[in-house]
Amino acid sequence: MNPMELVRARPGASRTVTFDGRPLAALPGQTVAAALWAAGVTAWRSTRGAGRPRGVFCGIGVCFDCLVTVNGRPNQRACLVPVRPGDVIRTQEGTGRDDD
Amino acid sequence: MTERPRLAVVGAGPAGLAAALAAAERGVRVTLVDAAEQAGGQFYRQPAAALGARRPQALHHQWRTWERLRAGLDRHRAAGRILHLTDHHVWCVARDPAAGVFGVHALRGPAQEEGVVVRADAVLLATGGYERVLPFPGWTLPGVVTAGGAQAMLKGGLVLPGRTAVVAGTGPLLLPVAGGLAAAGARVAALAESAGPAALLRQAPALAAQPGKLAEGAGYAARLLRHGVRVLTRCTVVAAHGTDRLEAVTVAALDRDGSLRPGSYRRIRCDTLAVGHGMLPHTDLAETLGCSLSGTAVRVDDEQRTDVPGVWAAGEATGIGGAALALAEGHIAGRSAAARLRGTAPDPRRWAAAGRARTRLREFAAALDAVYAPPAGWAERLPDETVVCRCEEVTAGEVRGAVDPLGAGDLRTVKLLSRAGMGWCQGRMCAPAVAGLTGCPLTAGRRPLARPVPLGVLAALPDTDTGLPETGDDLAEAEVGRTAAEVGHPVADAGPPETD
Repeated sequence: MNPMELVRARPGASRTVTFDGRPLAALPGQTVAAALWAAGVTAWRSTRGAGRPRGVFCGIGVCFDCLVTVNGRPNQRACLVPVRPGDVIRTQEGTGRDDD
Repeated sequence: MTERPRLAVVGAGPAGLAAALAAAERGVRVTLVDAAEQAGGQFYRQPAAALGARRPQALHHQWRTWERLRAGLDRHRAAGRILHLTDHHVWCVARDPAAGVFGVHALRGPAQEEGVVVRADAVLLATGGYERVLPFPGWTLPGVVTAGGAQAMLKGGLVLPGRTAVVAGTGPLLLPVAGGLAAAGARVAALAESAGPAALLRQAPALAAQPGKLAEGAGYAARLLRHGVRVLTRCTVVAAHGTDRLEAVTVAALDRDGSLRPGSYRRIRCDTLAVGHGMLPHTDLAETLGCSLSGTAVRVDDEQRTDVPGVWAAGEATGIGGAALALAEGHIAGRSAAARLRGTAPDPRRWAAAGRARTRLREFAAALDAVYAPPAGWAERLPDETVVCRCEEVTAGEVRGAVDPLGAGDLRTVKLLSRAGMGWCQGRMCAPAVAGLTGCPLTAGRRPLARPVPLGVLAALPDTDTGLPETGDDLAEAEVGRTAAEVGHPVADAGPPETD
Protein backbone atom coordinates (compact mmCIF):
# COMPACT_ATOMS: atom_id res chain seq x y z
CA MET A 1 0.00 0.00 0.00
CA ASN A 2 1.10 3.57 -0.62
CA PRO A 3 -0.75 6.89 -0.29
CA MET A 4 -1.55 7.09 -4.01
CA GLU A 5 -3.14 3.64 -3.99
CA LEU A 6 -5.00 4.33 -0.76
CA VAL A 7 -6.92 7.24 -2.30
CA ARG A 8 -6.95 5.71 -5.79
CA ALA A 9 -5.14 8.68 -7.27
CA ARG A 10 -4.87 9.18 -10.98
CA PRO A 11 -2.38 12.01 -11.11
CA GLY A 12 -1.60 13.98 -14.24
CA ALA A 13 1.58 13.31 -16.17
CA SER A 14 4.69 13.86 -14.10
CA ARG A 15 7.02 16.72 -14.90
CA THR A 16 10.75 16.87 -14.58
CA VAL A 17 12.46 19.17 -12.12
CA THR A 18 16.01 19.16 -10.84
CA PHE A 19 17.26 18.98 -7.28
CA ASP A 20 20.89 20.02 -6.94
CA GLY A 21 21.30 19.20 -10.61
CA ARG A 22 19.74 15.75 -10.40
CA PRO A 23 16.55 15.24 -12.44
CA LEU A 24 13.46 14.17 -10.47
CA ALA A 25 9.92 13.31 -11.55
CA ALA A 26 7.31 15.46 -9.77
CA LEU A 27 3.55 15.13 -9.90
CA PRO A 28 1.34 18.09 -10.75
CA GLY A 29 -0.34 19.53 -7.66
CA GLN A 30 2.44 18.49 -5.29
CA THR A 31 4.40 21.03 -3.34
CA VAL A 32 8.16 21.17 -3.69
CA ALA A 33 8.41 19.41 -0.33
CA ALA A 34 6.04 16.61 -1.38
CA ALA A 35 7.93 16.09 -4.64
CA LEU A 36 11.22 15.87 -2.74
CA TRP A 37 9.78 13.44 -0.17
CA ALA A 38 8.39 11.30 -3.00
CA ALA A 39 11.93 11.16 -4.40
CA GLY A 40 13.33 10.11 -1.04
CA VAL A 41 14.86 13.51 -0.23
CA THR A 42 14.23 14.75 3.31
CA ALA A 43 16.82 17.56 3.71
CA TRP A 44 17.31 20.63 1.50
CA ARG A 45 18.69 23.35 3.69
CA SER A 46 21.78 23.75 5.83
CA THR A 47 21.47 26.11 8.76
CA ARG A 48 23.25 29.45 8.94
CA GLY A 49 25.07 28.67 12.17
CA ALA A 50 26.08 25.06 12.48
CA GLY A 51 25.42 24.11 8.85
CA ARG A 52 23.05 21.33 9.91
CA PRO A 53 20.62 19.73 7.45
CA ARG A 54 16.92 20.58 7.68
CA GLY A 55 13.74 19.74 5.79
CA VAL A 56 10.03 19.66 6.56
CA PHE A 57 9.11 20.06 10.20
CA CYS A 58 5.62 21.59 10.65
CA GLY A 59 4.42 20.93 7.10
CA ILE A 60 1.93 23.82 7.19
CA GLY A 61 4.06 26.91 6.61
CA VAL A 62 4.55 27.97 10.22
CA CYS A 63 8.09 26.86 11.15
CA PHE A 64 10.17 27.99 8.10
CA ASP A 65 12.49 25.01 8.53
CA CYS A 66 11.85 23.78 4.98
CA LEU A 67 13.24 26.90 3.28
CA VAL A 68 14.69 26.09 -0.13
CA THR A 69 16.01 27.85 -3.22
CA VAL A 70 13.71 27.51 -6.23
CA ASN A 71 14.75 28.95 -9.59
CA GLY A 72 17.35 31.12 -7.91
CA ARG A 73 15.00 32.51 -5.24
CA PRO A 74 16.02 31.49 -1.73
CA ASN A 75 13.78 31.30 1.36
CA GLN A 76 10.81 29.61 -0.31
CA ARG A 77 8.76 27.42 2.00
CA ALA A 78 8.92 24.04 0.27
CA CYS A 79 5.77 22.87 2.05
CA LEU A 80 3.71 25.69 0.48
CA VAL A 81 5.18 26.28 -2.99
CA PRO A 82 3.69 24.14 -5.75
CA VAL A 83 6.23 22.44 -7.97
CA ARG A 84 6.23 23.56 -11.60
CA PRO A 85 7.69 21.88 -14.67
CA GLY A 86 11.37 22.62 -15.07
CA ASP A 87 11.85 24.00 -11.56
CA VAL A 88 15.50 24.23 -10.55
CA ILE A 89 15.48 23.34 -6.85
CA ARG A 90 18.68 23.76 -4.88
CA THR A 91 19.70 23.06 -1.32
CA GLN A 92 19.72 26.39 0.47
CA GLU A 93 23.01 27.04 2.18
CA GLY A 94 22.65 29.40 5.13
CA THR A 95 20.72 32.53 4.13
CA GLY A 96 20.72 31.35 0.52
CA ARG A 97 22.34 34.59 -0.54
CA ASP A 98 25.97 33.59 -0.26
CA ASP A 99 26.23 33.17 -4.01
CA ASP A 100 25.00 36.69 -4.75
CA MET B 1 -28.35 50.19 4.78
CA THR B 2 -28.81 49.97 1.03
CA GLU B 3 -26.06 47.48 0.52
CA ARG B 4 -26.01 44.11 2.18
CA PRO B 5 -23.33 44.01 4.86
CA ARG B 6 -20.14 42.16 4.21
CA LEU B 7 -18.45 39.74 6.56
CA ALA B 8 -14.87 38.67 6.06
CA VAL B 9 -14.18 35.17 7.39
CA VAL B 10 -10.50 34.40 7.78
CA GLY B 11 -9.82 30.68 7.50
CA ALA B 12 -11.75 27.99 5.61
CA GLY B 13 -11.44 25.11 8.06
CA PRO B 14 -14.42 23.68 9.95
CA ALA B 15 -15.02 26.85 12.02
CA GLY B 16 -14.68 29.26 9.11
CA LEU B 17 -16.83 27.17 6.80
CA ALA B 18 -19.59 26.71 9.37
CA ALA B 19 -19.53 30.45 10.06
CA ALA B 20 -19.53 31.40 6.38
CA LEU B 21 -22.48 29.12 5.63
CA ALA B 22 -24.49 30.31 8.64
CA ALA B 23 -23.95 33.97 7.75
CA ALA B 24 -24.55 33.54 4.01
CA GLU B 25 -27.83 31.74 4.68
CA ARG B 26 -28.96 34.82 6.57
CA GLY B 27 -28.34 37.34 3.85
CA VAL B 28 -24.81 38.42 4.61
CA ARG B 29 -22.29 38.70 1.80
CA VAL B 30 -19.31 36.66 2.91
CA THR B 31 -15.74 36.93 1.74
CA LEU B 32 -13.97 33.75 2.80
CA VAL B 33 -10.23 34.37 2.84
CA ASP B 34 -7.97 31.33 3.09
CA ALA B 35 -4.34 30.44 2.49
CA ALA B 36 -4.97 27.05 0.93
CA GLU B 37 -5.89 26.21 -2.63
CA GLN B 38 -8.99 24.40 -1.46
CA ALA B 39 -11.27 24.81 1.53
CA GLY B 40 -11.00 22.37 4.42
CA GLY B 41 -8.35 23.75 6.73
CA GLN B 42 -6.02 21.26 8.38
CA PHE B 43 -8.70 18.80 9.50
CA TYR B 44 -10.25 18.48 6.04
CA ARG B 45 -7.09 19.23 4.07
CA GLN B 46 -7.70 17.95 0.53
CA PRO B 47 -5.23 16.45 -1.91
CA ALA B 48 -4.33 18.82 -4.73
CA ALA B 49 -6.89 18.47 -7.52
CA ALA B 50 -4.22 17.55 -10.07
CA LEU B 51 -3.38 14.44 -8.05
CA GLY B 52 -6.73 12.99 -9.12
CA ALA B 53 -7.62 11.30 -5.82
CA ARG B 54 -10.83 9.37 -6.36
CA ARG B 55 -11.14 8.29 -2.75
CA PRO B 56 -9.71 11.05 -0.57
CA GLN B 57 -12.00 9.97 2.28
CA ALA B 58 -9.61 7.07 2.91
CA LEU B 59 -7.41 9.62 4.69
CA HIS B 60 -10.23 11.36 6.54
CA HIS B 61 -12.74 11.07 9.35
CA GLN B 62 -16.24 12.55 9.50
CA TRP B 63 -16.29 12.71 5.72
CA ARG B 64 -20.07 13.22 5.51
CA THR B 65 -19.73 16.42 7.47
CA TRP B 66 -17.14 17.58 4.99
CA GLU B 67 -19.44 16.74 2.07
CA ARG B 68 -22.18 18.84 3.66
CA LEU B 69 -19.84 21.77 4.20
CA ARG B 70 -18.45 21.55 0.68
CA ALA B 71 -21.92 21.31 -0.88
CA GLY B 72 -22.99 24.37 1.11
CA LEU B 73 -19.94 26.31 0.05
CA ASP B 74 -20.47 25.39 -3.61
CA ARG B 75 -24.13 26.42 -3.44
CA HIS B 76 -23.45 29.80 -1.85
CA ARG B 77 -20.55 30.50 -4.18
CA ALA B 78 -22.69 29.76 -7.21
CA ALA B 79 -25.39 32.07 -5.84
CA GLY B 80 -22.83 34.82 -5.27
CA ARG B 81 -23.32 34.88 -1.50
CA ILE B 82 -19.84 33.67 -0.68
CA LEU B 83 -16.70 34.88 -2.40
CA HIS B 84 -13.96 32.34 -1.67
CA LEU B 85 -10.51 33.83 -2.00
CA THR B 86 -8.10 30.89 -2.10
CA ASP B 87 -4.33 31.18 -1.81
CA HIS B 88 -4.72 34.44 0.12
CA HIS B 89 -2.35 34.57 3.07
CA VAL B 90 -3.69 37.10 5.59
CA TRP B 91 -0.97 39.01 7.41
CA CYS B 92 -2.99 41.70 9.18
CA VAL B 93 -6.55 42.86 9.81
CA ALA B 94 -6.85 46.59 10.41
CA ARG B 95 -9.86 48.44 11.80
CA ASP B 96 -11.14 51.96 11.46
CA PRO B 97 -13.04 52.37 14.75
CA ALA B 98 -14.86 55.51 13.61
CA ALA B 99 -16.18 54.09 10.36
CA GLY B 100 -16.57 50.51 11.63
CA VAL B 101 -14.73 49.27 8.57
CA PHE B 102 -12.06 46.60 8.34
CA GLY B 103 -9.27 46.04 5.86
CA VAL B 104 -8.16 42.43 5.63
CA HIS B 105 -4.63 42.38 4.25
CA ALA B 106 -3.44 39.31 2.40
CA LEU B 107 -0.60 38.22 0.20
CA ARG B 108 -1.72 36.41 -2.90
CA GLY B 109 -0.49 33.28 -4.54
CA PRO B 110 2.18 30.83 -3.56
CA ALA B 111 4.91 33.43 -4.04
CA GLN B 112 3.17 35.73 -1.52
CA GLU B 113 4.56 38.85 -3.15
CA GLU B 114 1.42 40.70 -4.19
CA GLY B 115 -0.69 42.46 -1.59
CA VAL B 116 -4.52 42.52 -1.57
CA VAL B 117 -6.88 44.34 0.80
CA VAL B 118 -10.42 43.10 1.33
CA ARG B 119 -12.98 45.54 2.78
CA ALA B 120 -15.49 44.25 5.32
CA ASP B 121 -18.06 45.54 7.82
CA ALA B 122 -17.18 42.77 10.28
CA VAL B 123 -14.51 40.13 10.63
CA LEU B 124 -14.71 36.55 11.84
CA LEU B 125 -11.39 34.99 12.77
CA ALA B 126 -11.23 31.23 12.25
CA THR B 127 -7.47 31.04 12.07
CA GLY B 128 -7.06 27.61 13.65
CA GLY B 129 -4.02 26.39 15.52
CA TYR B 130 -0.63 24.87 15.14
CA GLU B 131 1.27 22.17 16.90
CA ARG B 132 3.27 22.45 20.07
CA VAL B 133 6.43 20.36 20.01
CA LEU B 134 8.74 20.18 23.01
CA PRO B 135 12.42 19.64 22.23
CA PHE B 136 14.60 16.61 22.89
CA PRO B 137 18.08 15.72 21.65
CA GLY B 138 17.96 15.09 17.91
CA TRP B 139 14.62 16.79 17.26
CA THR B 140 16.09 18.94 14.49
CA LEU B 141 17.19 15.93 12.40
CA PRO B 142 15.52 15.56 9.00
CA GLY B 143 12.95 12.81 9.36
CA VAL B 144 11.62 14.28 12.62
CA VAL B 145 8.37 16.06 11.75
CA THR B 146 5.39 17.28 13.70
CA ALA B 147 2.53 14.79 13.92
CA GLY B 148 0.25 17.30 12.21
CA GLY B 149 2.92 17.98 9.59
CA ALA B 150 3.16 14.31 8.68
CA GLN B 151 -0.62 14.25 8.37
CA ALA B 152 -0.75 17.45 6.32
CA MET B 153 1.87 16.20 3.86
CA LEU B 154 0.00 12.91 3.58
CA LYS B 155 -3.46 14.43 3.11
CA GLY B 156 -2.35 17.23 0.79
CA GLY B 157 0.57 15.76 -1.12
CA LEU B 158 -0.09 12.01 -0.75
CA VAL B 159 3.46 11.42 0.40
CA LEU B 160 5.24 9.83 3.34
CA PRO B 161 8.61 10.93 4.70
CA GLY B 162 9.91 7.38 5.00
CA ARG B 163 9.06 3.72 5.45
CA THR B 164 9.20 3.14 9.20
CA ALA B 165 7.66 5.63 11.58
CA VAL B 166 7.42 6.19 15.29
CA VAL B 167 4.59 8.46 16.45
CA ALA B 168 5.22 10.09 19.80
CA GLY B 169 4.33 12.87 22.21
CA THR B 170 0.94 13.37 23.72
CA GLY B 171 -2.57 14.28 22.67
CA PRO B 172 -5.59 13.05 20.76
CA LEU B 173 -3.95 13.86 17.41
CA LEU B 174 -1.44 11.02 17.71
CA LEU B 175 -4.00 8.24 17.20
CA PRO B 176 -5.35 9.41 13.82
CA VAL B 177 -1.85 10.33 12.66
CA ALA B 178 -0.52 6.85 13.45
CA GLY B 179 -3.58 5.30 11.86
CA GLY B 180 -3.25 7.43 8.73
CA LEU B 181 0.45 6.67 8.29
CA ALA B 182 -0.20 2.95 8.73
CA ALA B 183 -3.13 2.94 6.30
CA ALA B 184 -0.99 4.73 3.73
CA GLY B 185 1.64 2.01 3.88
CA ALA B 186 4.15 3.16 6.48
CA ARG B 187 5.24 0.64 9.08
CA VAL B 188 4.39 2.30 12.38
CA ALA B 189 6.88 0.73 14.76
CA ALA B 190 5.34 2.30 17.87
CA LEU B 191 3.03 4.97 19.18
CA ALA B 192 4.58 6.40 22.35
CA GLU B 193 2.05 8.42 24.35
CA SER B 194 3.33 10.06 27.51
CA ALA B 195 -0.07 10.13 29.20
CA GLY B 196 -1.08 6.99 30.98
CA PRO B 197 -4.33 5.10 31.57
CA ALA B 198 -4.51 6.47 35.10
CA ALA B 199 -4.78 10.03 33.79
CA LEU B 200 -7.60 8.94 31.49
CA LEU B 201 -9.41 7.26 34.37
CA ARG B 202 -9.21 10.41 36.50
CA GLN B 203 -11.18 12.21 33.80
CA ALA B 204 -13.51 9.29 33.22
CA PRO B 205 -16.78 11.03 34.18
CA ALA B 206 -16.17 13.96 31.85
CA LEU B 207 -15.07 11.68 29.05
CA ALA B 208 -17.88 9.19 29.54
CA ALA B 209 -20.38 11.99 28.97
CA GLN B 210 -19.18 12.06 25.35
CA PRO B 211 -20.17 8.74 23.83
CA GLY B 212 -19.66 10.06 20.31
CA LYS B 213 -16.14 11.24 20.99
CA LEU B 214 -15.27 8.01 22.80
CA ALA B 215 -16.50 6.02 19.83
CA GLU B 216 -14.32 8.16 17.59
CA GLY B 217 -11.31 7.37 19.78
CA ALA B 218 -12.20 3.69 19.82
CA GLY B 219 -12.37 3.78 16.02
CA TYR B 220 -8.85 5.19 15.83
CA ALA B 221 -7.61 2.58 18.30
CA ALA B 222 -9.21 -0.25 16.32
CA ARG B 223 -7.47 0.96 13.19
CA LEU B 224 -4.12 0.86 14.98
CA LEU B 225 -4.84 -2.66 16.18
CA ARG B 226 -5.66 -3.70 12.63
CA HIS B 227 -2.29 -2.43 11.45
CA GLY B 228 -0.50 -4.07 14.37
CA VAL B 229 0.74 -0.77 15.79
CA ARG B 230 2.28 -1.15 19.22
CA VAL B 231 0.88 1.47 21.60
CA LEU B 232 3.14 2.39 24.52
CA THR B 233 1.52 4.56 27.18
CA ARG B 234 3.38 6.52 29.87
CA CYS B 235 6.25 6.49 27.44
CA THR B 236 8.27 9.40 26.06
CA VAL B 237 10.91 10.05 23.42
CA VAL B 238 14.29 10.48 25.09
CA ALA B 239 16.32 11.16 21.96
CA ALA B 240 16.34 10.94 18.18
CA HIS B 241 19.51 9.51 16.66
CA GLY B 242 21.27 9.94 13.35
CA THR B 243 23.98 12.01 11.72
CA ASP B 244 22.35 13.74 8.75
CA ARG B 245 18.93 12.17 9.04
CA LEU B 246 16.90 10.19 11.55
CA GLU B 247 17.96 6.57 12.02
CA ALA B 248 16.42 5.60 15.36
CA VAL B 249 14.72 6.94 18.46
CA THR B 250 15.07 6.00 22.10
CA VAL B 251 11.90 5.87 24.14
CA ALA B 252 11.57 5.24 27.86
CA ALA B 253 8.82 4.66 30.40
CA LEU B 254 7.78 7.52 32.66
CA ASP B 255 7.39 7.01 36.38
CA ARG B 256 4.61 8.81 38.23
CA ASP B 257 6.97 11.52 39.39
CA GLY B 258 8.01 12.23 35.80
CA SER B 259 11.37 10.51 36.02
CA LEU B 260 12.45 7.98 33.42
CA ARG B 261 12.31 4.44 34.68
CA PRO B 262 15.79 2.88 34.68
CA GLY B 263 16.02 -0.17 32.46
CA SER B 264 13.02 0.87 30.38
CA TYR B 265 15.02 2.55 27.62
CA ARG B 266 14.29 1.09 24.23
CA ARG B 267 15.92 1.97 20.92
CA ILE B 268 13.63 1.71 17.89
CA ARG B 269 14.97 1.89 14.34
CA CYS B 270 12.93 4.26 12.18
CA ASP B 271 13.37 6.88 9.46
CA THR B 272 10.39 8.99 10.53
CA LEU B 273 9.38 10.40 13.89
CA ALA B 274 6.02 12.18 13.95
CA VAL B 275 5.88 14.05 17.24
CA GLY B 276 3.54 16.52 18.91
CA HIS B 277 2.52 17.73 22.36
CA GLY B 278 -0.85 19.28 21.72
CA MET B 279 -1.86 22.43 19.89
CA LEU B 280 -1.75 26.19 20.31
CA PRO B 281 -4.21 28.75 18.90
CA HIS B 282 -3.25 31.14 16.10
CA THR B 283 -4.01 34.53 17.68
CA ASP B 284 -1.79 36.98 15.79
CA LEU B 285 -4.59 38.65 13.81
CA ALA B 286 -6.79 38.95 16.90
CA GLU B 287 -3.99 40.41 19.00
CA THR B 288 -3.16 43.05 16.41
CA LEU B 289 -6.83 44.03 16.33
CA GLY B 290 -6.66 44.49 20.10
CA CYS B 291 -8.77 41.48 21.11
CA SER B 292 -8.22 40.27 24.66
CA LEU B 293 -6.88 36.80 25.16
CA SER B 294 -7.71 34.26 27.81
CA GLY B 295 -4.48 32.37 28.38
CA THR B 296 -3.18 31.72 24.88
CA ALA B 297 -6.61 31.77 23.17
CA VAL B 298 -8.85 34.57 21.91
CA ARG B 299 -11.47 35.42 24.52
CA VAL B 300 -15.06 35.30 23.26
CA ASP B 301 -18.52 35.70 24.76
CA ASP B 302 -21.53 33.38 24.33
CA GLU B 303 -22.05 34.73 20.80
CA GLN B 304 -18.38 34.12 19.94
CA ARG B 305 -17.75 37.87 19.93
CA THR B 306 -14.34 39.14 20.90
CA ASP B 307 -14.13 42.31 22.98
CA VAL B 308 -13.40 44.37 19.85
CA PRO B 309 -16.62 45.56 18.18
CA GLY B 310 -17.23 43.84 14.87
CA VAL B 311 -14.78 41.01 15.47
CA TRP B 312 -15.91 37.42 16.06
CA ALA B 313 -13.71 34.36 16.58
CA ALA B 314 -14.38 30.63 16.45
CA GLY B 315 -12.61 27.30 16.41
CA GLU B 316 -9.11 26.51 17.65
CA ALA B 317 -8.23 30.23 17.79
CA THR B 318 -10.55 30.50 20.80
CA GLY B 319 -9.19 27.37 22.49
CA ILE B 320 -8.10 23.96 21.25
CA GLY B 321 -11.08 21.63 21.08
CA GLY B 322 -11.21 19.81 17.76
CA ALA B 323 -13.26 19.96 14.59
CA ALA B 324 -16.67 19.22 16.10
CA LEU B 325 -16.34 22.09 18.57
CA ALA B 326 -15.07 24.33 15.78
CA LEU B 327 -18.21 23.58 13.75
CA ALA B 328 -20.50 24.48 16.66
CA GLU B 329 -18.61 27.68 17.45
CA GLY B 330 -18.43 28.68 13.80
CA HIS B 331 -22.16 28.18 13.36
CA ILE B 332 -22.97 30.32 16.39
CA ALA B 333 -20.48 32.99 15.35
CA GLY B 334 -21.89 33.16 11.83
CA ARG B 335 -25.48 33.50 13.09
CA SER B 336 -24.53 36.13 15.63
CA ALA B 337 -22.58 38.13 13.05
CA ALA B 338 -25.47 37.95 10.58
CA ALA B 339 -27.94 39.27 13.16
CA ARG B 340 -25.65 41.99 14.49
CA LEU B 341 -24.77 43.16 10.98
CA ARG B 342 -28.50 43.64 10.35
CA GLY B 343 -28.67 45.65 13.52
CA THR B 344 -30.69 43.11 15.48
CA ALA B 345 -29.88 41.09 18.58
CA PRO B 346 -29.73 37.36 17.88
CA ASP B 347 -31.91 34.93 19.80
CA PRO B 348 -29.61 32.27 21.27
CA ARG B 349 -32.56 29.87 21.53
CA ARG B 350 -32.34 29.58 17.76
CA TRP B 351 -28.92 27.97 18.03
CA ALA B 352 -29.66 25.99 21.20
CA ALA B 353 -28.47 22.68 19.70
CA ALA B 354 -25.12 24.17 18.67
CA GLY B 355 -24.89 25.84 22.06
CA ARG B 356 -25.37 22.56 23.88
CA ALA B 357 -22.81 20.85 21.65
CA ARG B 358 -20.38 23.68 22.36
CA THR B 359 -20.79 23.32 26.13
CA ARG B 360 -20.38 19.56 25.98
CA LEU B 361 -17.38 19.64 23.66
CA ARG B 362 -15.62 22.32 25.66
CA GLU B 363 -15.96 20.14 28.77
CA PHE B 364 -14.56 17.24 26.82
CA ALA B 365 -11.65 19.37 25.57
CA ALA B 366 -10.87 20.48 29.11
CA ALA B 367 -10.83 16.87 30.28
CA LEU B 368 -8.53 15.86 27.42
CA ASP B 369 -6.28 18.79 28.18
CA ALA B 370 -5.87 17.53 31.73
CA VAL B 371 -5.03 14.03 30.48
CA TYR B 372 -2.60 15.04 27.78
CA ALA B 373 -0.32 17.37 29.68
CA PRO B 374 3.30 17.58 28.51
CA PRO B 375 5.39 14.82 30.09
CA ALA B 376 6.53 15.88 33.52
CA GLY B 377 10.23 16.56 33.88
CA TRP B 378 10.92 17.18 30.19
CA ALA B 379 12.48 20.60 30.79
CA GLU B 380 14.81 19.42 33.55
CA ARG B 381 15.95 16.51 31.42
CA LEU B 382 16.81 18.61 28.38
CA PRO B 383 20.61 18.71 27.94
CA ASP B 384 22.23 22.14 27.69
CA GLU B 385 23.57 21.44 24.20
CA THR B 386 20.17 20.64 22.61
CA VAL B 387 18.96 23.28 20.14
CA VAL B 388 15.69 24.81 21.37
CA CYS B 389 15.14 27.68 18.90
CA ARG B 390 15.32 25.93 15.55
CA CYS B 391 15.59 29.15 13.52
CA GLU B 392 18.37 30.87 15.42
CA GLU B 393 20.01 27.66 16.66
CA VAL B 394 19.86 28.70 20.31
CA THR B 395 20.59 25.89 22.76
CA ALA B 396 18.85 25.01 26.02
CA GLY B 397 21.98 26.13 27.88
CA GLU B 398 21.83 29.57 26.26
CA VAL B 399 18.12 29.88 27.06
CA ARG B 400 18.75 28.91 30.69
CA GLY B 401 21.60 31.40 30.81
CA ALA B 402 19.22 34.23 29.95
CA VAL B 403 17.52 33.62 33.31
CA ASP B 404 20.51 32.62 35.38
CA PRO B 405 22.82 34.54 35.49
CA LEU B 406 21.29 37.23 33.23
CA GLY B 407 18.01 37.62 35.12
CA ALA B 408 15.32 37.52 32.40
CA GLY B 409 11.81 37.19 33.82
CA ASP B 410 9.66 36.99 30.67
CA LEU B 411 9.82 35.48 27.21
CA ARG B 412 10.54 38.79 25.53
CA THR B 413 13.62 39.43 27.67
CA VAL B 414 14.79 35.86 27.15
CA LYS B 415 14.48 36.50 23.42
CA LEU B 416 16.44 39.73 23.56
CA LEU B 417 19.22 38.10 25.57
CA SER B 418 19.44 34.76 23.77
CA ARG B 419 17.84 35.29 20.31
CA ALA B 420 15.46 32.37 21.05
CA GLY B 421 12.28 33.26 19.16
CA MET B 422 13.85 35.96 17.02
CA GLY B 423 14.00 34.00 13.77
CA TRP B 424 11.74 33.24 10.82
CA CYS B 425 9.00 31.51 12.80
CA GLN B 426 8.91 34.34 15.35
CA GLY B 427 8.97 31.97 18.27
CA ARG B 428 5.95 29.94 17.25
CA MET B 429 7.95 26.73 17.43
CA CYS B 430 10.14 27.39 20.48
CA ALA B 431 8.04 29.63 22.75
CA PRO B 432 6.41 26.76 24.70
CA ALA B 433 9.82 25.16 25.22
CA VAL B 434 11.46 28.44 26.23
CA ALA B 435 8.62 29.05 28.68
CA GLY B 436 9.01 25.58 30.17
CA LEU B 437 12.78 25.87 30.44
CA THR B 438 12.81 29.30 32.03
CA GLY B 439 9.66 29.17 34.11
CA CYS B 440 8.38 32.28 32.31
CA PRO B 441 4.65 32.26 31.56
CA LEU B 442 3.72 31.37 27.97
CA THR B 443 2.39 34.73 26.84
CA ALA B 444 0.98 35.81 23.50
CA GLY B 445 3.53 36.46 20.82
CA ARG B 446 2.56 40.00 19.84
CA ARG B 447 3.33 39.71 16.17
CA PRO B 448 1.88 42.70 14.29
CA LEU B 449 2.65 40.99 11.00
CA ALA B 450 1.26 37.47 11.05
CA ARG B 451 3.65 36.40 8.28
CA PRO B 452 6.62 37.89 6.40
CA VAL B 453 5.50 40.74 4.14
CA PRO B 454 7.55 42.18 1.29
CA LEU B 455 8.60 45.77 1.99
CA GLY B 456 7.11 46.83 -1.34
CA VAL B 457 3.64 45.77 -0.17
CA LEU B 458 3.97 47.77 3.05
CA ALA B 459 5.32 50.81 1.22
CA ALA B 460 2.41 50.84 -1.23
CA LEU B 461 -0.31 50.90 1.46
CA PRO B 462 -2.34 54.10 1.63
CA ASP B 463 -2.03 56.03 4.87
CA THR B 464 -5.47 55.15 6.29
CA ASP B 465 -6.48 53.31 9.48
CA THR B 466 -7.51 50.25 7.54
CA GLY B 467 -4.95 50.41 4.76
CA LEU B 468 -7.88 50.63 2.35
CA PRO B 469 -7.74 53.27 -0.38
CA GLU B 470 -9.79 56.40 0.44
CA THR B 471 -11.51 56.39 -2.87
CA GLY B 472 -12.48 53.75 -5.34
CA ASP B 473 -14.80 50.84 -4.97
CA ASP B 474 -14.05 47.80 -2.96
CA LEU B 475 -14.95 44.33 -4.02
CA ALA B 476 -18.14 44.95 -5.93
CA GLU B 477 -21.08 42.61 -6.26
CA ALA B 478 -20.11 42.09 -9.86
CA GLU B 479 -16.85 40.61 -8.76
CA VAL B 480 -18.47 37.84 -6.80
CA GLY B 481 -18.02 34.64 -8.72
CA ARG B 482 -14.94 35.81 -10.57
CA THR B 483 -11.75 33.98 -9.91
CA ALA B 484 -9.66 34.93 -6.95
CA ALA B 485 -6.98 36.25 -9.26
CA GLU B 486 -9.33 38.95 -10.52
CA VAL B 487 -10.61 40.47 -7.32
CA GLY B 488 -9.37 42.49 -4.42
CA HIS B 489 -7.28 45.59 -4.27
CA PRO B 490 -3.86 44.89 -5.54
CA VAL B 491 -1.53 46.83 -3.30
CA ALA B 492 1.72 46.47 -5.09
CA ASP B 493 3.70 44.48 -7.48
CA ALA B 494 6.25 43.84 -4.84
CA GLY B 495 9.16 43.02 -7.08
CA PRO B 496 11.91 41.02 -5.51
CA PRO B 497 11.42 39.67 -2.01
CA GLU B 498 12.48 41.59 1.02
CA THR B 499 16.15 42.35 1.32
CA ASP B 500 18.47 40.99 3.97
